Amino acid sequence: MAGEGDIKLLGMVVSPFVVRVRMALHRKGVSYEYVEQDLFNKSELLLRSNPVNKKVPVLIHGGKPICESLVIVQYADEVWSGKGASIFPADPHERAVARFWAAYVDDKLFPAYIGIMKAATEEARAEKAKEALVVLANLEEAFAQCSKGKPFFAGDSVGYLDLAVGCNLFWLEAIRKMFGVTFFDVGKTPLLAAWAERFAGTEMAREVVPDADTAVVFAKKLQARFGSNTSAK
Amino acid sequence: MAGGDDLKLLGAWASPFVTRVKLALNFKGLSFEDVEEDLSNKSELLLSSNPVHKKVPVLVHNGKPICESVIIVQYIDEAFAGIGPALLPSDPYERAIARFWAAYVDDKVLVAPWVQSLRAKTEEEKSEGLKQTFAAVETLEGALRECSKGEGYFGGETVGLVDISLGSLLSWLNATEVISGTKIFDPVKTPLLAAWMERFSKLDAAKAALPEVDRVVEFAKKRQAQAAAAAAASETK
Repeated sequence: MAGEGDIKLLGMVVSPFVVRVRMALHRKGVSYEYVEQDLFNKSELLLRSNPVNKKVPVLIHGGKPICESLVIVQYADEVWSGKGASIFPADPHERAVARFWAAYVDDKLFPAYIGIMKAATEEARAEKAKEALVVLANLEEAFAQCSKGKPFFAGDSVGYLDLAVGCNLFWLEAIRKMFGVTFFDVGKTPLLAAWAERFAGTEMAREVVPDADTAVVFAKKLQARFGSNTSAK
Repeated sequence: MAGGDDLKLLGAWASPFVTRVKLALNFKGLSFEDVEEDLSNKSELLLSSNPVHKKVPVLVHNGKPICESVIIVQYIDEAFAGIGPALLPSDPYERAIARFWAAYVDDKVLVAPWVQSLRAKTEEEKSEGLKQTFAAVETLEGALRECSKGEGYFGGETVGLVDISLGSLLSWLNATEVISGTKIFDPVKTPLLAAWMERFSKLDAAKAALPEVDRVVEFAKKRQAQAAAAAAASETK
């Protein structure tokens, strides 16, 4: 097993996928060198480490790169299995359920909320907001099933699915501030609303999750750069 | 097979994602009930087992459903860890590489542009789809070279997750060649993949899981005709 030394994370401050990995590394109690990337001017190191997708996050462990946030999270849990907290459950069926919902979040939630930000018309934005709410309604059910009455998706403490969903919360807050969309309606998704607050209050989240305002500033910069037709509040 | 295990696969014969699960079950030496779904009239069992996506494949193991083909394959590997060969390597870094490439196979880069080229209504659409597909295939050739380390499979000496992920597409790759004359794994441009395709197709577990190419050709042609008819019907005269 590779030693703990020489761990680098190539990231970008507002990427939810990078935040996801930082959360995982926090859970494992692993220290690393964080290297902020300029995605409009990608470094040699990034291009060399992720030649296929040229994206962040990339974890470089002992000189070897690992790409794709969910792959990195699983890697961290396996290679540092003796350290810190377990991220994945032990039971194969529970693992399959966690993987299913994590894939669902990346396939359906992320494009919906990014779509709200990028929408060129009010109609398009409302459409994307509706999509996001459908996803959150499904996640409310998932939470009820997975948590079995406990505080987190994984039970007593955060696990794989908490990280997979939770890394997006600061962006949902940013979009709420910019466009007034309410994602967590205590009337409609009470469990998820309570979980979101609880998650944001964990030591891990307070340490690695950026302020929603950082995402707002970034979104406005993107809009200015690419000329969006819609204005945020 | 372990005593008392009830395995049901809800599937559709033409779906490469269903084939993928059959491959995994076959390579592990597991017996299962193969339930063919009529996708235009989905069963109660399918709808209740996969309420979110309502899609095949779904593996039902002792009454508990598992959905999404790559997730099912990993589940099979983990739930039946003592039985048959391991589908993922034991080293965490190699596992990460296998997961990365399995995701790449399914990502919009390979499957979507190829499907686009099959369904294309214009020559432009078709060639754009094919261009992206060939670019992705070249990348996969490099991946095979690295992962196989001189052996025959992405998994090295034995078949692994990436072989199963990519192998599930073989009948469709062959059907594409029959219909359009295009070889997706060109032996000149991507010799390792072309050789891998032949080697994989000869395995008993693969032969038992992959649908017959003729049947896929017929299915694809019917679909193309239906799409063309629908397009013609929607055009105003």
